[in-house]
Amino acid sequence: MTMTAGSNLEKVLRSGQKAVTCECGPPRGADVEHFRHKATFLKECADAVNVTDNQTAVVRFCSMAACRILLDMGIEPVMQMVTRDMNRIALQSNVLGAAVLGIKNLLCLTGDHSSFGDHPQSKNVHDLDSIQLLNTVRMMRDEGKMISGTEVQGRPAMFIGAAANPFADPFEFRVVRLAKKIKAGAQFIQTQCIYDMERFQKFMEMANDMGLTEKCYIMAGITPLKSVGMANYMKKFVPGLLVPDEYITRLKGVPKDKVAAEGMKIAVEQIQQCLEMKGVAGIHLMAIEWEDHAPEILKSAGVLPRPKV
Amino acid sequence: MVIAESKPVSEILEMIKGYKKVLVVGCKGCVTVCNAGGQKEVEILSSELRIARQVSGNEVEIKEYTCERQCDPEYIEPLDELVKDVDAVVSIACSVGPQYIVARYPYLPVYPGLNTVSIGGALEHGVWREFCQACGNCAIHLFGGLCPIARCAKQLLNGPCGGSSGGKCEVGKGQIDCVWHLIYERLKNLNQLHIMEELRLYKDWSTSRDGGPRTTIREELRK
Repeated sequence: MTMTAGSNLEKVLRSGQKAVTCECGPPRGADVEHFRHKATFLKECADAVNVTDNQTAVVRFCSMAACRILLDMGIEPVMQMVTRDMNRIALQSNVLGAAVLGIKNLLCLTGDHSSFGDHPQSKNVHDLDSIQLLNTVRMMRDEGKMISGTEVQGRPAMFIGAAANPFADPFEFRVVRLAKKIKAGAQFIQTQCIYDMERFQKFMEMANDMGLTEKCYIMAGITPLKSVGMANYMKKFVPGLLVPDEYITRLKGVPKDKVAAEGMKIAVEQIQQCLEMKGVAGIHLMAIEWEDHAPEILKSAGVLPRPKV
Repeated sequence: MVIAESKPVSEILEMIKGYKKVLVVGCKGCVTVCNAGGQKEVEILSSELRIARQVSGNEVEIKEYTCERQCDPEYIEPLDELVKDVDAVVSIACSVGPQYIVARYPYLPVYPGLNTVSIGGALEHGVWREFCQACGNCAIHLFGGLCPIARCAKQLLNGPCGGSSGGKCEVGKGQIDCVWHLIYERLKNLNQLHIMEELRLYKDWSTSRDGGPRTTIREELRK
């Protein structure tokens, strides 16, 4: 694998060190200070920070603008891009726009269905799916071509990422889908939040057996459980998310004022367990509206300070 | 066939509230089969409208007719005599029907009594499901004979997303099968799972409605 975009994230991963990314979601309004404040906590503890693209199909200020703000703060962004809201014209335009703003990491997703968001009446686009978007970005970068075959004047230097959900069905297809994403252009993978460590372990074994971990960096997705309510919600209402009872029992077993600390402790254990698994190249910490807790979690997990590459 | 369902009577009453003489027109095609707009439904809707208007002290005269089909000009012709004496028409064909009536009677108000829902079929008596989106370039053979364009909420072409759980789609509160799960099982039965590994690249949507309203021409059939 040769250097493609030369982003910090790419350099850390290529150096063989375990990488750390964190997530920072833009707010549902133009409150830039709130976003900057959350990002401040992540600056020293991540190799790059993901900016979600209207996650859960809820309107927020756009990913590209948020990435620009991170760049201005000296934080390397991973721009997330979903195919739900834009057709191939807009998607390719935004890939080019992101590149000219200096964004070097791009995560290609299909996105949550609009029926789950705050505008369920909207028309969903789905002109492309995530795999086709991956292929598009790779083609623009490596072949200098758009989907139409039109030549790209100035190729977008992007380190290309994708998501993987080891917990959805059919399970045996999950690594096949991962292989397809890699074939299409994915260089790094950030997984869905992991709670079922056993199933993730199996997924990693299958990925190793298929040689996928040699072709792509897999970063394990971790979301700390902030409360018993959150754990129950995740278990019951988030499709494709398996939260074992063991964690819920642990959270219930401590006094109310210690639940958050227990949630962080679980996250730290999970990070360490994931990093011990063969083929795991890093951690993607999605501390949703808990960004201020990210430094402590990552420090306790032993992945700070971040390397300079 | 085209699947349609009745609009709420209250909505139709609102549409025709200013009219004293209304013609309700059904269709003996698809909407008869899906029990939404045939002769029987014409009779029921007409009665409901008459009773509701009578109760509200604003009586309406309703005429009834059911066309052989509403998507053919020759079958609209029999309405010529009937429409002479009405203020408006409510068509309970799929949305093609009212547009044919509009085309023939430029000065007559026409209202849709149905919502046209999909191209699909019956799953059981009283339950219909969408199977086709008329994308204009059928590719179901690439997917074990099942259509992800119509049946996947995200129209994915490269396998099930992370929202596929226990064979069900995350959209539809567990009531809708994940078509990609069905495709996977089907290809497994056919010993063709390798098809799931192939990258499906860009769909050409220009044959779909994205290319603009479509006209189908068969030169050999034109007079």
